[in-house]
Amino acid sequence: MDMQSLYLTVPLAPLAGALVAGLFGRSIGRTGAHLVTILGVLVSFLASILIFQDVLAGNTFNGALYTWITSGDVSLEIGFLIDRLTTVMMLVVTFVSLCVHVYTIGYMSDDDGYQRFFSYISLFTFSMLMLVMSNNFLQLFFGWEAVGLVSYLLIGFWYTRESAIYANLKAFLVNRVGDFGFLLGIGLVLAYFGSLDYAQVFQKAPTLAHESISILDGHAWSLLTVICILLFIGAMGKSAQFPLHVWLPDSMEGPTPISALIHAATMVTAGIFMVARMSPLFELSDTALSFVMIIGAITALFMGFLGMIQNDIKRVVAYSTLSQLGYMTVALGASAYSVAIFHLMTHAFFKALLFLAAGSVIIGMHHDQDIRNMGGLRKYMPITWITLLIGSLALIGTPGLSGFFSKDSIILATYASDLYGSGFAAFAVTAGVFVTAFYSFRMYFLVFHGKERFHNAHAGHDQEGGKDDDQHGHHGGGHGTPHESPWVVWLPLVLLAIPSVYAGWAYIEPMLFGDYFGGAIFVNHEAHKAMSDLAHHFHGAGAMTLHALMTLPFWLAVAGVATAYYLYMVRRDLPEKIRRQAGVLYTILDQKYGFDRFNDWFFAGGARWLGGRLWRWGDVTAIDGVMVNGSARVVGQFARLARGLQSGYIYHYAFAMIIGVALLVTVFVG
Amino acid sequence: MTYPLPDLLPALPEILVLTLACVILVIEAFFKDAKAAYVLTLLTLLGAAGVTAFTGGEMSVHTFNGMFVDDAMGDVLKLMTYLAAITAVVYSRGYLAERGIFKGEYFALVLFAVLGMMVMISASHLLTLYLGLELLSLSLYAMVALHRESQAAVEAAMKYFVLGALASGLLLYGMSMLYGLTGTLDLAQISAALREGVSSPVVLAFGLVFVVAGLGFKLGNAPFHMWVPDVYHGAPTAVTLFIGTAPKLAAFAFAMRLLVDGLEPAHGDWQQMLAVMAVLSMAIGNLAAIMQTNIKRMLAYSTISHMGFLLLGILAGTFAGYSAAMFYAIAYVLMSLGGFGMVVYLSRAGYEAENLDDYKGLNSRSPWLAAVMGILMFSMAGIPPFVGFYAKLTILQSLVGAGLVWLAVLAVLFSLIGAFYYLRVIKLMYFDAPHSTGAVAAEAGDARMLLSLNGLAVLLLGLAPQPLMALCANAMQLSLQ
Repeated sequence: MDMQSLYLTVPLAPLAGALVAGLFGRSIGRTGAHLVTILGVLVSFLASILIFQDVLAGNTFNGALYTWITSGDVSLEIGFLIDRLTTVMMLVVTFVSLCVHVYTIGYMSDDDGYQRFFSYISLFTFSMLMLVMSNNFLQLFFGWEAVGLVSYLLIGFWYTRESAIYANLKAFLVNRVGDFGFLLGIGLVLAYFGSLDYAQVFQKAPTLAHESISILDGHAWSLLTVICILLFIGAMGKSAQFPLHVWLPDSMEGPTPISALIHAATMVTAGIFMVARMSPLFELSDTALSFVMIIGAITALFMGFLGMIQNDIKRVVAYSTLSQLGYMTVALGASAYSVAIFHLMTHAFFKALLFLAAGSVIIGMHHDQDIRNMGGLRKYMPITWITLLIGSLALIGTPGLSGFFSKDSIILATYASDLYGSGFAAFAVTAGVFVTAFYSFRMYFLVFHGKERFHNAHAGHDQEGGKDDDQHGHHGGGHGTPHESPWVVWLPLVLLAIPSVYAGWAYIEPMLFGDYFGGAIFVNHEAHKAMSDLAHHFHGAGAMTLHALMTLPFWLAVAGVATAYYLYMVRRDLPEKIRRQAGVLYTILDQKYGFDRFNDWFFAGGARWLGGRLWRWGDVTAIDGVMVNGSARVVGQFARLARGLQSGYIYHYAFAMIIGVALLVTVFVG
Repeated sequence: MTYPLPDLLPALPEILVLTLACVILVIEAFFKDAKAAYVLTLLTLLGAAGVTAFTGGEMSVHTFNGMFVDDAMGDVLKLMTYLAAITAVVYSRGYLAERGIFKGEYFALVLFAVLGMMVMISASHLLTLYLGLELLSLSLYAMVALHRESQAAVEAAMKYFVLGALASGLLLYGMSMLYGLTGTLDLAQISAALREGVSSPVVLAFGLVFVVAGLGFKLGNAPFHMWVPDVYHGAPTAVTLFIGTAPKLAAFAFAMRLLVDGLEPAHGDWQQMLAVMAVLSMAIGNLAAIMQTNIKRMLAYSTISHMGFLLLGILAGTFAGYSAAMFYAIAYVLMSLGGFGMVVYLSRAGYEAENLDDYKGLNSRSPWLAAVMGILMFSMAGIPPFVGFYAKLTILQSLVGAGLVWLAVLAVLFSLIGAFYYLRVIKLMYFDAPHSTGAVAAEAGDARMLLSLNGLAVLLLGLAPQPLMALCANAMQLSLQ
């Protein structure tokens, strides 16, 4: 098999699985559906490994497979760009997707929409692969929208639930805002570069570095700054960056496997990937980089705060995801693209692990998601306990685990950067370490340690039925006794725990400093020296681990864990007191800074108000009244007039003729 | 003094028609056999068609001292005139018989009118042009008044006659100015004289205005259109059918002979006059048609707007424009034959199917007739794939080609308004409940068959307009050299 067919196999195998499971789900049954989709993703994963080895051997590919439209000088193509950046993403996507597929067998076992669900997640895998493998903006946009579509479908998977419909509509609308910017950015690229092909655009970018355009009269903007910021607005929507983050917590209405796959490991990182891919453009605009860094820093810190007070286990992880996406964005802003991708990868492993473990807890708790009703689960769910602990340790940056290497590199990169806003970013990501450690271990202690609160929590459980994760009945066992999940559920946890532990140690050196990415990522080391600084201070993974024990982030993390332990294990009465004392501060956090309320009032309410006005003034009055009925009325009046002229008297007719001649004579003679 | 006998061969069709028209007069006077006159009329027209086709050639032949020309454009238009006349006569037979006017006079008048049209079509001299015009007009006046018991018909005839006389006066006055200016009545010589330059542009402009006014009256263009609705309405429907069809071809020929053969060098002047008339015609025709409740009046106003459209092709002043206008004239005659033919066909003794309400629910009474009428209305509105669409399209193309985009835009706008009243007929036929549920008077199988063919022709020429377009373009090419 030649390489091109292999490239094609990667996205097409999941697509085939999705089509079979989606169109023939009824006839192939549940087992058939999961077998065919898992086979598709497995093939895709194995092909990705082969391609990875091929790329490591130095064979990259950039070319069109199919020309869709040629119009003038612009041709719109479907093509692949296979380089080292692409292969990292392909491996991450297919590996996590594979784990999630397997996990879903257990998690969705009682759901009526079993086949539909498998079809969707395979379709998602196809879309995501098309996105990352693209060699042009158009296909990127296709993948971008396709993953958005599947995300929409999956958030609203339980479409009879009011809250799920609300959540998927919200995700859809917020992403529209981002996509609007993204599309404008692509449009500007096409307008000024005359091509949508990455290679051509990147090649031409330096010549347009000093081009400026005027958006409002008299204000000249650097063209590349405008393009980069517009593209980044797209990334803000997809990667849930402040202030377009509001859809992600609500997306937890979807089943847990997709929270892991789409809303933690892959789709939400599409924005990060996109910016890294566009590094040759972003490197040319310091303004855009600063913008990226500040947005990322705000997201990293302030979304972390929100995680500290959540009681829904999935929401804690969701805010953690927001915060970590902020970290990646900060790394992008500091020109440490490879660090961002590195963190993307490690985060994909441990965050998918955390989500799936949370899902396992939810299964064990019979679909109760409130961590206040848990406690002491350690002895009932040992595998889940161990894997979730590993995931949490990786997340907070325990030296030696994967999260440590990627996150510490981000923190160091912000210190090395001297762009506008890097000081704030450095503060935010450092302080974020404490916050991360606190909310992670707050959840950990509440779930696995302490008193077993689930015995007397069932009244509350029933009342909060709306928060339950599904509609199907409780399976097996006595009501209230947690139990370890079946092997299809815990196997993916173990599979994901492995890279969560070692991926950082093993890959930091080649990925960050070993010129792994080669030409795939472009950094202007003269202007943005974060990466070279990092390389200068890096003396191997072991040294970095040892050195970390003496640095601030490590002790902040320890302090976070200790605080959580003290508050939730030792002085259990304190959190409630603090909550009452904090007053306004707590309210602000509880209201999530009021974004939802503001958006509902201003955007949703405003749009409806505007729509109502436009309907009344624009549609009813202007269009119906003036243009449609009005023009008809005008025509009618003229018609009546024209008929009125026809009096029937012959002298009127003769007079009209004479007048006509007289008019013609007046106009044309003289 | 000897008069050499002129070459009679090019005028053979005219001579044939004249002779046989006289024969019909004799038959009417001595035998009162209307049936024989009917058959003889059809045979005459078929014979004339045969002779025209036989004597026609690619060359333009002049005779009668250059007063008469036999050329390709003339041949095509004459053939179409025979076709229109034959169709009209066949459609009219039942209608006339039921109203007691199925007489030899009618057929004699038809043949004299056709003769007048043929002379107009073949005229290459102002005198012949006027002669043909008057012969046609006088025949038509008499035809309108044929139904003597009908007050409306007599009134219409009176109006038509008085206004027609006025128009003829205007036309003659304009012609006299042209004669004064150029010293000749021969169209080719007028053209040559104008090309050399004239002593007084004012006189030329005066002459043009009056000539164009006369032309506008014959075509029925605003502001010289007032006679059209009243005459179409008042005349017996069978006569309306005749007036509304074949004479339009003659009027087109008249315009071509006068404006293009004779006054081509003054194109810049008459172009603007025609533009004014065209826009006014489209506006008044389409707007007033909306308000009509009588389908004959509605079609009369529709005729006015169609003639405005026809002028657009001529005023473009290009070869493409002339052949587009010719195509339009032929297409219009076909559609109009069908439209008025349907009114004639649906009218029975003591009942005229002339109100729009009479068409309510036609589909439930006779789906086939409703379908044919539907085709005709769609075509008149200019909706593809019917011939009316291509007729409008070629005119618009020629306008844009001549750089007159604003006229094309106006034409499209007015066509859009016009679509309303055509579509209303379709709505009435298909979506409204009929007044009476009885079957449609369905005798006269030949008329019904011809009507169906008429409708199908409109559809087929719309699906494959190319042969007819090529025929028009070819004839125009040969005639204009």
